[in-house]
Amino acid sequence: MLRLETRKEPSRLMLYATPFVAVVLTMLAGVVLFAALGKDPAKAVWLIFFEPLTSLYSLSELIVKATPLVLIAVGLSLGFRAGIWNIGAEGQFTIGAAAGGAVALALYDVQGVWVLPAMCLAGTLGGMAWAAIPAFLRVRFNANEILVSLMLVYVAVLILGLLVHGPLRDPEGHNFPESRLFHDAATLPLLIEGTRAHVGALVALAVVAITWVLLQRHMIGFQIKVLGQAPHAASFAGFSRPRLVWFSFMVSGGLAGLAGLIEAAGPVGQLVPALPVGYGFTAIIVAFLGRLHPLGILLGGLLLALTYIGGEGAQIAMSLPSATTSVFQGMLLFFLLASDVLVNYNIRRVARGPAVAPVSEAEE
Amino acid sequence: MDLVVNIMLGIIVAATPLVFAAIGELVVEKSGVLNLGVEGMMIVGAIAGFSATIETGSFVIGILAAIVAGAAMAGLFALMTQALLANQVASGLALTLFGLGIAALWGQDYSGKSTGDFPRLHVPLLGDLPGLGKLLFSHDALVYASFALAAGVAWFFSRTRAGLIVRAIGENHDAAHAIGYPVALYRTLCLLFGGACAGLGGAYLSLVQTPLWVENMTAGRGWIALALVVFAAWKPWRAMLGAYLFGCITILQLHSQGFGVEIEPQLLAMLPYVATILVLVLISRDKTTANVKAPASLGKTFHASS
Repeated sequence: MLRLETRKEPSRLMLYATPFVAVVLTMLAGVVLFAALGKDPAKAVWLIFFEPLTSLYSLSELIVKATPLVLIAVGLSLGFRAGIWNIGAEGQFTIGAAAGGAVALALYDVQGVWVLPAMCLAGTLGGMAWAAIPAFLRVRFNANEILVSLMLVYVAVLILGLLVHGPLRDPEGHNFPESRLFHDAATLPLLIEGTRAHVGALVALAVVAITWVLLQRHMIGFQIKVLGQAPHAASFAGFSRPRLVWFSFMVSGGLAGLAGLIEAAGPVGQLVPALPVGYGFTAIIVAFLGRLHPLGILLGGLLLALTYIGGEGAQIAMSLPSATTSVFQGMLLFFLLASDVLVNYNIRRVARGPAVAPVSEAEE
Repeated sequence: MDLVVNIMLGIIVAATPLVFAAIGELVVEKSGVLNLGVEGMMIVGAIAGFSATIETGSFVIGILAAIVAGAAMAGLFALMTQALLANQVASGLALTLFGLGIAALWGQDYSGKSTGDFPRLHVPLLGDLPGLGKLLFSHDALVYASFALAAGVAWFFSRTRAGLIVRAIGENHDAAHAIGYPVALYRTLCLLFGGACAGLGGAYLSLVQTPLWVENMTAGRGWIALALVVFAAWKPWRAMLGAYLFGCITILQLHSQGFGVEIEPQLLAMLPYVATILVLVLISRDKTTANVKAPASLGKTFHASS
């Protein structure tokens, strides 16, 4: 008979060890899954988790995919720490891309070093504006931010569709629902020639560093931690919950919007209806995998990027369905959350007997 | 007259999957658990029902498969949150992400196939009444089942001892535990029931509403069902009413172009989502009553030693 006992303090060892446990368990579950699908499991796991690390091109692709994931996840982690759930980052990403992209298209004939910064600003503001809706409705009307932010994802994707079918459509594009390709001045410079790795990666690194300092050194980082771990203490200390709701939604929305613009002005290079590919949802997994810590999120973002690229490779090499990647990502989050039990509880063997049996047992 | 009847029938078909999913989630939340994985359970139910019907040719087996698949997904959630005490919000999101992925994987070979029309019941004599007969006495069996479900759940919570225990656990799990009720067991059973309902709702989409399998075909209906539970203030009949209001909005969206209203299709498609947000705002606006109506232990992890 096993029994869970609350640890006096969460185990730090387990806190950092369990993400690795979860990754290994996901690989093992992957082996079972592929065997069930009648594919060579060893080859599939190799293709998804290791093959992308063996060539320069796929390493650069890793950076391309990790950039939006890290940017979004860092923002989300702030709210998650405080028990404020923005799960509509996908929508903020989409609106950010649309707003920044609209600036790029409006300045289509303009060359200048300030074009890109203006786009980034518009993208960030777009994401913030979209995140302001659930924040406002939560603070003013007590509406559940999880549901509102999620509903707005569907609306945002439809707005992007509306824009590329209408006002932002390429005038020479034969009515195809796409914008023009962004001008050189509106495209992110490349980090490594011959690849798609762009300077957006540096932005993501800077955001990781800034957030780390913020959480360690600034009052708002402390308030967020307290609100998440001890809501009563936070209210006694006079920390304002509405203020933290606004703060975390503005930061996460702004970063998601920026990530959207970076995606549009980087690897994609234009606005297309299929721009949102689920980074906003995958970033939720990244945030948890990284233990809501900026550095952990950086590693988590790289790992999830690996599953995207490896997943694509496996799709082509072994004719696996594209959904395999999302199954893997879902399993990863499950194993991670399940292994959290080791962080907060000791597992004890107890003898069955009236003296130590929990009440629910005695009832039977 | 025929147009009106057809519109009403459309509303019923659009509302029924939401009724199943929302009533199921209502039972779960009454027991004090927040399962955000409704979307994932619905989509897995949709593909399970569809594939089982294609393989066996039997709608009954298809529906049973959907119920079992939805409950199995919920079982995974119960394992996470009741046995391993994982965070409910995060586990629910994981269930949705995982469900969408596994359903897409499962459905690879089924896109483009069709199960054919789902049989409708036809009550002799009454079903032949002009207008009214079509409206009341000639639906598929699941429509009647959805009404029976709402009635049954309402009866369960107001008239049975087990219903009272579930409510007590949802309001204060520590007190219920102290009296001696097995909190995790009751919650697991409620979760399995909720999953079965969500799976059934999903199957209604893939077998009745559009007898086809399309990836991501739930399109947020699981989330709308979650909002409906809030709208309903955790009362079964109000959840049913809410589902029918959403059915109206969906049909309004489909028919408005037929009426010659010239609006961009994307704007119309936004309607159900925007309406959900408006409804949430209206219901949650009054903080005190909204908090009183929600089960007090909703979303909190229960551990006997704490």
